[in-house]
Amino acid sequence: MDMTVAKKKLGLKEKYKLLTRDLGWEPTYHNKDEVFPYVKYEGIKVHDWEKWEDPFRLTMDAYWKYQAEKERKFYAIIDAHAQNNGHLNITDARYLSALKIFLQAISPGEYCAGKGFARMGREFPGVGTQVACQMQAIDEIRHAQTQIHALSNYNKFYNGFHAFADARDRMWYCTLPRSFFDDAMSAGPFEFMIAIGFSFEYVLTNLLFVPFMSGAAYNGDMATVTFGFSAQSDEARHMTLGLECIKFMLEQDPDNLPIVQNWIDKWFWRGFRLLGVVGTMMDYMLPKRVMSWREAFEIYGIENGGALFKDLARYGIRPPKGWDDAGKALDHMTHQFMLALYQYQFGTAFHSWIPSEEDMAWLSKKYPTTFDKYYRPRWEHIKKLKEAGTPYANMGLAKLCQTCQIPTVFTEPDDPTTLCHREVEYKGETYHFCSDGCQHIFEKEPEKYIQGWLPLAAIFQAPLNGDLGAWMEWVSLADGKDNGDFAGSEDQRNFEAWRNQATSNQ
Amino acid sequence: MQIDLRTVSIKPQRNTFDHLARRFGDKPASRYQEGSYDIQATENLHYRPTWDPDQQIYDASITKIVMKDWYALKDPRQYYYNTYTVARARQQETAEANFSFVESRGLADMLPAEMKEIALRVLVPLRHAAWGANMNNSFICGYGYAAIFTQACMFHAMDNLGIAQYLSRLGLLLGDTEGLNEGKQAWLESDVWQPLRRYVEDCLVVRDPFELFVAQNVALDGLLYPLVYGRVVDGFLSANGASSIAMLTQFMNDWFGETQKWIDAVLKTVAAESEDNRALLREWAGKWGARAAAALLPIVQQALEGNADEAVGEEMAAFKARLAKLGIEI
Amino acid sequence: MSTVFIAFQANEDSRPIVEAILADNPAAVLDEQPAMVKINAEGKLVIRRESIEERVGRPFNLQELQVNLITISGHLDEDDDTFTLAWKN
Repeated sequence: MDMTVAKKKLGLKEKYKLLTRDLGWEPTYHNKDEVFPYVKYEGIKVHDWEKWEDPFRLTMDAYWKYQAEKERKFYAIIDAHAQNNGHLNITDARYLSALKIFLQAISPGEYCAGKGFARMGREFPGVGTQVACQMQAIDEIRHAQTQIHALSNYNKFYNGFHAFADARDRMWYCTLPRSFFDDAMSAGPFEFMIAIGFSFEYVLTNLLFVPFMSGAAYNGDMATVTFGFSAQSDEARHMTLGLECIKFMLEQDPDNLPIVQNWIDKWFWRGFRLLGVVGTMMDYMLPKRVMSWREAFEIYGIENGGALFKDLARYGIRPPKGWDDAGKALDHMTHQFMLALYQYQFGTAFHSWIPSEEDMAWLSKKYPTTFDKYYRPRWEHIKKLKEAGTPYANMGLAKLCQTCQIPTVFTEPDDPTTLCHREVEYKGETYHFCSDGCQHIFEKEPEKYIQGWLPLAAIFQAPLNGDLGAWMEWVSLADGKDNGDFAGSEDQRNFEAWRNQATSNQ
Repeated sequence: MQIDLRTVSIKPQRNTFDHLARRFGDKPASRYQEGSYDIQATENLHYRPTWDPDQQIYDASITKIVMKDWYALKDPRQYYYNTYTVARARQQETAEANFSFVESRGLADMLPAEMKEIALRVLVPLRHAAWGANMNNSFICGYGYAAIFTQACMFHAMDNLGIAQYLSRLGLLLGDTEGLNEGKQAWLESDVWQPLRRYVEDCLVVRDPFELFVAQNVALDGLLYPLVYGRVVDGFLSANGASSIAMLTQFMNDWFGETQKWIDAVLKTVAAESEDNRALLREWAGKWGARAAAALLPIVQQALEGNADEAVGEEMAAFKARLAKLGIEI
Repeated sequence: MSTVFIAFQANEDSRPIVEAILADNPAAVLDEQPAMVKINAEGKLVIRRESIEERVGRPFNLQELQVNLITISGHLDEDDDTFTLAWKN
């Protein structure tokens, strides 16, 4: 059907070679370094760009055709969802917090990745690489847009969605994904590919779009499931691109190995920290859960990532440096994250809550070695304070990690009762870190990470000068509507009232 | 539990997102607006690029053009991913039907030999020029400012690739793999093609995204499409018994007509913003336009021979008139 | 051997595809999740165009798989007749 040629029936591989790879040529009016100025400074040696493989071999006509098919399905579903008040089908309005975090923290990253891949689509000197990057660039625009469109109808009825574009640039927890993406965007082209192609696509999006979206389906949210799975159908191409890029670098020159290993170490840890958000959404914010974050990480992180590293071992790649620490954090991270979000709930454009008895029973079952021992008692304590009318709130943020920008709320890998805190002196300043992983990343590129924009510092500087009300206005946070405990929130009240209206004759 | 929710009438709490209400007032926004405005980060960028520490990650000052608000560059087609892809999928179906019509009826073999030869000589090397256009538009998307402008450039880049692939299929249909090889040889070595190849390679080292927009999308394509697809294919080849070629290039003609609306809207807005912008556009369009005309002359001479000078002159006049309407006198 | 997998949206389009994969790969294991079907296999999974065509009763282009594809694991090799996922080690 697509690009069939009558003369000789060309196979997919031959067609792709003639219609895509053969388009390029060696420039002669300018030297290659002028045309592709950024491709050497990272130290990656490439001898033959022709060796790059793009196993999907899509030509544009096929791309348009299949993507349009996906798009028609997607918009048909979200139109129906909006027309039929599909938002009332979700299990419980607590679920909305996960969507609010998604829109504020993840969707802007999709757009950013698109921009980055447009750059890569120009900066790499090989047609195969360029075209795969360009297709990813346009796909990422798609993902940002389908997410905004799917969640737009929720914004019309619920709080916390309305200021996602302001939150992206100003909100304290949004600096976590922002610093991740800004880090990738400010890196060279090959590191960008490891950051987004490998860490974000291969490790993270599987967790984000597969078990989380399956969870969305389980919670009755067809709009989100649809954008999630529809996006993920593109991610299969993107993951393949990330994987091919790693293989390509390693096969081109043995000198590339230490550079690639260093990036894998760095971006595995960066990705793992970012995943803490997704894990928390899975463990705490889905009223009905398909699997725990731990179980999902076992499948998509340990099993799938493990298979990849076993496969790359032939090139001399070893599992990333933070692999063991990540394993140790698995049973703790989401609980520590949710406790932190709860205590800072005055400053989040989504609601958090004390887990119900039923939630806690589930968490005990899924985290048998840690939840009852370390985290249930803390929730019980918080619950008591709340019942006594003295709810627990932390009005100042903890120190932010200079690298990942999460408050330093995580514990030592081998001691879940001690907060992990690292410090580094650099040029007379002290910098704080949440983990060895983040400290190592800083130490390799201190000049980069000292530039990080820390939202806490901004609150205490002019023009906000520590004024909480002014800060809320600055981040477009509607106090008493967007933030605080789910219990007693407007979202909770409205959802219940509308649902009752829908299910009764009153 | 599936409940019938359709019958419930609930009053929305708000019409749209804050950033859109600030721009357009408190009313429901279109999907084009939701997907395009203010979705690029603007504040508190974390790190300077290691590839060029003088730039910011998103930097409006990479180009000399100055806009108070780059989001003024609205696309009159209102393309976001969905509307773009669905439109191209439809055109792709027509193109597929056209190719299959020509193939199944053996129309390529019925072409006058001389016309087939001319078509191969004029059209096939252009697949490389289209690949250059693709790289340039990928660059403009990558380093240009504001999603509303740069997403359209990415769509344009993918179109450029699609055109390069349709030209490759045309080459295969008329001349098999040798047709493509000869075309590439000509692109690399023939005197006829060197001015154009030089133009394209010169564009590949322009790192001002808006100058590149003018050099590629305004000047080169603004002259190439009417000359090649209008004058040579629809005019000369069709008049000489080779009208089936025009079926294979219908996509390019339709595409040029459609995308010109977007390009003109962008130019008009940028020129109207300030005299400085207008002066830059005049300089760039003048400089690149003259070079493009000179580079295209030997190419169309292969078909139009003695009439080529006049054709190029007329298209150049039309090009100037088009720009003048947009406030850019060259 | 490591596990390779492929997952599709659970819908009418995917049903014959999943059937074909299970028939062609006796070692494949079906894992049904909300809105999604995932197929796991040790080491290798081969999807054949012909087997899908037998079930859908029309010509099938393997690139159509992408419309309902959710995720894959393993190195991919695709040609006109097969779509193969494998870990080499």
